[in-house]
Amino acid sequence: MSAILELTNLRKHYATQKAVDDISFSIEQGSIFGLLGPNGAGKTTLLRMITGIFYPDSGHIQFDGQTFDPLNDIIKIGYMPEERGLYKKMKIGEQAMYLAQLKGLSKAEAMQKIKFWFKKLEMETWWNKKVEDLSKGMSQKLQFVTTVLHEPKLIILDEPFSGLDPLNANLIKEEIYGLAKRGSTVIFSTHRMEQVEEICDHIVLVNLGKKILDGTVHNIKQQFKENKFSIKLNELPGTLSAPAFNIVNVNNNELVLQINEGYKSNDILTHFLNNQCTIESFHEILPTLNEIFISQVEGTHATARAFQKIDN
Amino acid sequence: MNKILIIIQREYLSRVMNKRFLLTTILTPLIMVGFIAGAAFLAATDKEMHKIAVVDQNGFFKGNLRDASDVKFEFPTDVDTANYSKKGYTDIIIIPKFEGTAKAEYIIRSKKRIGLSLESKIEDRINDAIEDQMLQQAGIDRAKLDSIKSSSQFAEMKSLEESGDSVKESSAALSYGIGFGSGMLIYITMFIYGAMVMRGVMEEKTNRIAEVMISSAKPFQLMMGKIIGIGAVGLTQFFVWIILIFGIIAASQFFIPQDVLQQVAELQKANAQMGPGASMAQAGETAQKLYKFQNTMSTANWPLIISCFIFYFLGGYLFYASLFAAVGSVVNEDPQDAQSLMLPITMPIIFSFIIMSRAVEDPSTSMATWASIIPFSSPMVMMARIAYGVPGTVPYWQLAASMLTLVGSFLLTTWLSGKVYRTGILMYGKKVGWKEIGKWAFRKN
Repeated sequence: MSAILELTNLRKHYATQKAVDDISFSIEQGSIFGLLGPNGAGKTTLLRMITGIFYPDSGHIQFDGQTFDPLNDIIKIGYMPEERGLYKKMKIGEQAMYLAQLKGLSKAEAMQKIKFWFKKLEMETWWNKKVEDLSKGMSQKLQFVTTVLHEPKLIILDEPFSGLDPLNANLIKEEIYGLAKRGSTVIFSTHRMEQVEEICDHIVLVNLGKKILDGTVHNIKQQFKENKFSIKLNELPGTLSAPAFNIVNVNNNELVLQINEGYKSNDILTHFLNNQCTIESFHEILPTLNEIFISQVEGTHATARAFQKIDN
Repeated sequence: MNKILIIIQREYLSRVMNKRFLLTTILTPLIMVGFIAGAAFLAATDKEMHKIAVVDQNGFFKGNLRDASDVKFEFPTDVDTANYSKKGYTDIIIIPKFEGTAKAEYIIRSKKRIGLSLESKIEDRINDAIEDQMLQQAGIDRAKLDSIKSSSQFAEMKSLEESGDSVKESSAALSYGIGFGSGMLIYITMFIYGAMVMRGVMEEKTNRIAEVMISSAKPFQLMMGKIIGIGAVGLTQFFVWIILIFGIIAASQFFIPQDVLQQVAELQKANAQMGPGASMAQAGETAQKLYKFQNTMSTANWPLIISCFIFYFLGGYLFYASLFAAVGSVVNEDPQDAQSLMLPITMPIIFSFIIMSRAVEDPSTSMATWASIIPFSSPMVMMARIAYGVPGTVPYWQLAASMLTLVGSFLLTTWLSGKVYRTGILMYGKKVGWKEIGKWAFRKN
């Protein structure tokens, strides 16, 4: 598949800090892409450049096979920013209509799509309500609908699940999968690692304006694995130590082992089988994204950066 | 449809399709009229009766001192400053011996303070009484003098304005009224609609709508859409008011008797045949007044005034509204910031109003001339001067210069404000000073 978005050496410097400092990556069409990073890492600046709100100081953005042209390409993008809101006094139907028209839909098209989505997400009765009457979760749903209404090629969601209960979060999650299946590409920005692990195909981790990780979730986990395995036996053998592994943890009949260099996982199994043990379960322990995130970001003073020299 | 049109449409409709707009548009003129009528009514009715005891040593005041609506003079014999209030009088006046040579002090004593207007009214009455006495002594009949006075009002000022070869009637009072009225209207609307733009921008910023919108439309489109949409609301309001005024005038025609209207028509015909200054002796008094009113109104160049008004309203509005938008985009949640940032914008508006109220009395001073060309004040001041006539008071070159600088300046302020707006609208949690705003406005791209 071809890349829908390709960033090359993107830079954006503010007076006091390098918000985005030489970042390059590409996103496959139809994939669900996770953009991760601690607060103040430069995610929002990056997203604002991709949505044409900011111009990069230098670097190149290739969108859908051509150089990104904010004026015209903006209608192919749906962006739900983290700082989002709606006109409080406006009726929900009119609000959706307004935003759809701004994305280039005709009145009839917009009406048809709004009805489709409202029906799908059980919002049909909301049409004449005002935004101020909605709960936070409800307005979140409305915001999601207005973002994807015009079937954009690229959907950018910044913390899309904040404020949603698990039921509605699942509903939205299903819609994200559905959109990706129909060919839209989704960029997903969040700090919630368990969601990234569940949803994303490909992730990029940025910190202090630089890219520090880039790859599929599977590859990254492989990259950071510590060769740990968990094995459960029906009873522990007399001697536990072996040249193939170190014991990290023992909990009843369950062991966590780390393989020493030069050995394979089968060497563990061979060892216990030779000791006449009955093996109940055996699996590899991969690091969670959360652990990888923390190990990569910790100690870089990332949290301090957001407060550097705001005032001059 | 063009994005800016969609935005204009929303900004316009969300304000016009609204009960509050309808109410304020229709009720504002009614409330104004009601206030004026109410104030006049109160002034007319709410008066305290003053029953004044007069102690007079001369004797001639008794017949000559006339009562007024709220003052009654009485001449009891046994009253002095010690007992007048016990006897039911509110005040007492001691009139000294009348010498007829020098001014003398007439003393009025009362328990409650007497207002300024009442005091001067009493003074007038006493002087009238003295005048009557002196007329009698000189052998002049008061009634005869009055009738001569009232029937000797022959001269009536009519000023003619020379413009080239032709001569045109003009009315200073009407020019004053038009100039002040339209200047005032521009002043008020500048504040109302400017503040409306600012609040709209602040709403988008504080409710975090800005970023959602800016991912769909350019910041400049968003700002211009708002400014134009609200300007259209203002124009709509004016048109509703104009229609209301014409409606009231048309309705009032029904209450004027038919023969009066006919006499007015005859006067107009006579005037057309014999030129201005034709006799109007045979017409009734009401008809004469009405004719004069219509005649005065027709001396103004209404098409020019109305089109200039619309031009200067729009020009002034666009000039200031973009500045208000820029301020709105810079402000954070704190409304106090808005106050202090607005000051540099409201000050020139208030100054222009002061200059305008001078210019409307004397439209040809160099102060008025300059202020009517400089864009900060030109919308108000030029309207005050235009009422006195183009090209008489305002030469064509001044009008052209004023209009061109206004157009040029609002393009400039809009362009600079657009840059401030673009940065400010997405800037949260930071208090921004003028230095920083200047940096945003003048940096490239």
